[in-house]
Amino acid sequence: MSDTLVERDVVQRVLNESMGRGADFAEVFVEDRRTASASLDQRRIQELSSGRSRGAGVRVVVGETTGFAHTADLTEVGLLTAARAAASVAREGGGGVREVSLENLRDYPSRAEVSPADVPKAKKIELMMRADEVARASGDAISQVQVGLSDSTRRFVVANSEGVFAADDQVRTRFAVSCVANGDGGMQTGYRPLAATRGFEYLTPESIEEAARGAARQAMTKLSARPAPSGDLPVVLAGGSGGILFHEACGHGLEADAILKQASVYAGKVGQQVASPLVTLVDDGTMTGEWGYLAVDDEGRPGARNVLIENGILTDYMWDYLRARKEGRDSSGNGRRQSYAHLPMVRMTNTYLLAGEADADEIVAQTPRGVYVAQLGGGQVNTATGDFVFGATAAFMIENGRITTPLRDCNLIGNGPEILTRVDAVATDFSTTPGTCGKDGQQVPVGCGQATMRLSGITIGGTAA
Amino acid sequence: MSELLAKAQSLLERVGAGEEMEVFISRGVETEVQAYQGEVENLSSSASAEIGIRILIDGPQGARVGTAYAGSLDEDAVAEALFNARDNAHFATEDEFVAFARPDGVAPVSLSLCDPAVTTTSMDVKVAMAIELEAMVRGGDQRIRQVDAANYSDYLADAAIASTTGICAALERSGAYVSVEAIASDGGEDQTGWGLSVGRAPGDLSLETAAGDAIRRATRMLGAVKPPSSKGIAVFDARTAATLWSILGSALSGDAVVRGRSFFAGRLGEVVASPLVTLIDDPTDARHFAASPFDSEGLASRRNELITQGRLQQFVYDTVSARRAGTVSTGNAVRGGVSGSPSAGCRALQLVSGDFDQDEIFRRVGNGVFVESLTGVHSGVNPISGDFSVGITGLMIRDGVLAEPIREVTIASTLQRMLLDVMFVGNDVQWLPGTTAAQTLAIDGVSLSGS
Repeated sequence: MSDTLVERDVVQRVLNESMGRGADFAEVFVEDRRTASASLDQRRIQELSSGRSRGAGVRVVVGETTGFAHTADLTEVGLLTAARAAASVAREGGGGVREVSLENLRDYPSRAEVSPADVPKAKKIELMMRADEVARASGDAISQVQVGLSDSTRRFVVANSEGVFAADDQVRTRFAVSCVANGDGGMQTGYRPLAATRGFEYLTPESIEEAARGAARQAMTKLSARPAPSGDLPVVLAGGSGGILFHEACGHGLEADAILKQASVYAGKVGQQVASPLVTLVDDGTMTGEWGYLAVDDEGRPGARNVLIENGILTDYMWDYLRARKEGRDSSGNGRRQSYAHLPMVRMTNTYLLAGEADADEIVAQTPRGVYVAQLGGGQVNTATGDFVFGATAAFMIENGRITTPLRDCNLIGNGPEILTRVDAVATDFSTTPGTCGKDGQQVPVGCGQATMRLSGITIGGTAA
Repeated sequence: MSELLAKAQSLLERVGAGEEMEVFISRGVETEVQAYQGEVENLSSSASAEIGIRILIDGPQGARVGTAYAGSLDEDAVAEALFNARDNAHFATEDEFVAFARPDGVAPVSLSLCDPAVTTTSMDVKVAMAIELEAMVRGGDQRIRQVDAANYSDYLADAAIASTTGICAALERSGAYVSVEAIASDGGEDQTGWGLSVGRAPGDLSLETAAGDAIRRATRMLGAVKPPSSKGIAVFDARTAATLWSILGSALSGDAVVRGRSFFAGRLGEVVASPLVTLIDDPTDARHFAASPFDSEGLASRRNELITQGRLQQFVYDTVSARRAGTVSTGNAVRGGVSGSPSAGCRALQLVSGDFDQDEIFRRVGNGVFVESLTGVHSGVNPISGDFSVGITGLMIRDGVLAEPIREVTIASTLQRMLLDVMFVGNDVQWLPGTTAAQTLAIDGVSLSGS
């Protein structure tokens, strides 16, 4: 797709109008998003849904104040109306029009090989049916299987008064299997998501069958789960979804909006040791195909690989345009927004811990008693206090260096700066997992990653003594 | 007839032979102001309109539905949505229980949910409220070091649902909110607290309530410690209790029950909770913030008693889940905007109040933990298995009064157990934003995991 969405001279006039009342900065963001989703439940294709939303958001910055307006009317009249609404924050403005000079359009084509629009619906349904069959065939205890497939094609053009003029095409594909298993002790659930910034080529029969088997196995395993322990224990996090730990324990606290408001425990700590020397943490928008990949961010800044913590020492925060401008530096390519109807803010992309040198099996073998978390299910943090939680949706006891009894779902709780110092082993088996990150009511796709690693202690929120 | 309803009905003329069609249009204007350090940080004003179209085709084994939506009411957007909905319908599996709602003779109550003051109040007044709120928090206590966000927001929205099966419903509503997050600091330690006030229009809001709540919650957490693990009574404030009840409400969805994804399945008529628990879903109660004359399929709202003195009385249904269960809709269709299909859910939950206020509950409980905030609800609560484990902050209750603040702890039990272990329901109901009103709630048998 290389639809222009909006003409260069229209963008130019909208920016000129936005700057006219004496603004310091103006930006127009035009977006066209198509989504498609299908769901399977109780062996039936329940529903296919298609959606299209097109619109533009205009923001105007005057001093410390940002004015914002959005519209679904992409005519020049509609865009100018939004520009005037956004610019109304510039009360003292001098009037007139300021000329903005735009760079040549930087247009980043999608790297998707098979565009969702070119995939017959019947083919998607075939994959979902297959996942259902495989999950059900995994065991008699499986009583419910739900399969969801969704894709989105998002083209946007962003231009600002500093001359930035960029367009990106983002194609994302997501497939998820949820299972319920029934046993004597009640019901248990299993869940496996697959998600990438790729086209339909991402979904292979092998990967969806593996996801289906994984979700089914997880639900069945938990039928014999016992309540998780309570209190402090060493925890080994399996490679992949354990990355959520870093997303919550420090990722949000390293976002410059929290830093500049002194609402993060990591404010003023650049150059200081904030984590175990085994921790090198990176936020990387350039990981092609990953769920949090972006060619340019939603402010037109190219995605970048930013080292946040190196060998335990805090090296930098993540920045969007506004926050970077206040500090007289460049954005780090972390300005993201849910859609044209939202203001951009500092967000993570793919956040991961670099692999270490230990052997994953050895880490378990060298843990006399603890908890092995095979899958994490999301988390939450208070950046001002650093206290965070994350959920274990597949966990086991480690006894005498061996993985033993499965545990029921529970949250783990800790304090970011404290927990980061407790990373005492990192293995080589790096992998990533997709997630959806919510902040101030905006959802964006993000990736997390790490290799198998151990925390010397963290509080497990179970019920068993 | 509202203009929006007329538009929805006119679109029904495009229904094809052998099809049923449903049109759902929603439209709104919104304002949002954020204040920071005495100035406006962000000011947004927006208008939007969306349309969702569903097409149903009948077949030998049942009906199939296709859905599509558009973020604009322009003719080309509507035409594209209609085309896609029609095409999508052909790929669903025929299902004998799938149907659109039909009028069921229940008359809608008349509710006044819209206050035009939302749009007639000048932007200057709204901006002043956000700035004043921030100043009240900053000046309210010496220990307040920072105000992360002081917000004013409001909306005025209308919606219409019309279908070829005879549904014809329209409603208007407005809302206004202020919220503020404070950071209190003492000796290098930071704690946070947030406060809010909600209403139908700016004049309903109390800045004092929002500011006072944020200050009190942030400052009384200073000096928080991680307590030792224990098992005992947890007392939830109205906000955290509302979160609990809405999770339990999701397990009372007839859709979850009929699909075997609720621990309440097969337990109708049984005692599932303490006799103190009478849980009602009533969107016709005008005091409830989620009150509304219609559900998301356009059927009239009604009062449904779900649990009566501990006994499981009924589930909530939309049209399709009701047909699957061999019953009729309870007027509980919910959907997440125009993009989704309806499913069954609680819409305006409330619990019958008990006899005591919060202080009296503390006295009667004696020793326990008072829960003021929950974290990790989406990652640690499983409404299918009932497993419950969440992070909390709050205060210890000792000898019947609040004692030291606590942090970095979790509480855990199972939802099944917690319902049976309800000890007290307060008389201090709060009509909170969202779908659940609640009051102070005391639950026994909860594991506290700390040091």
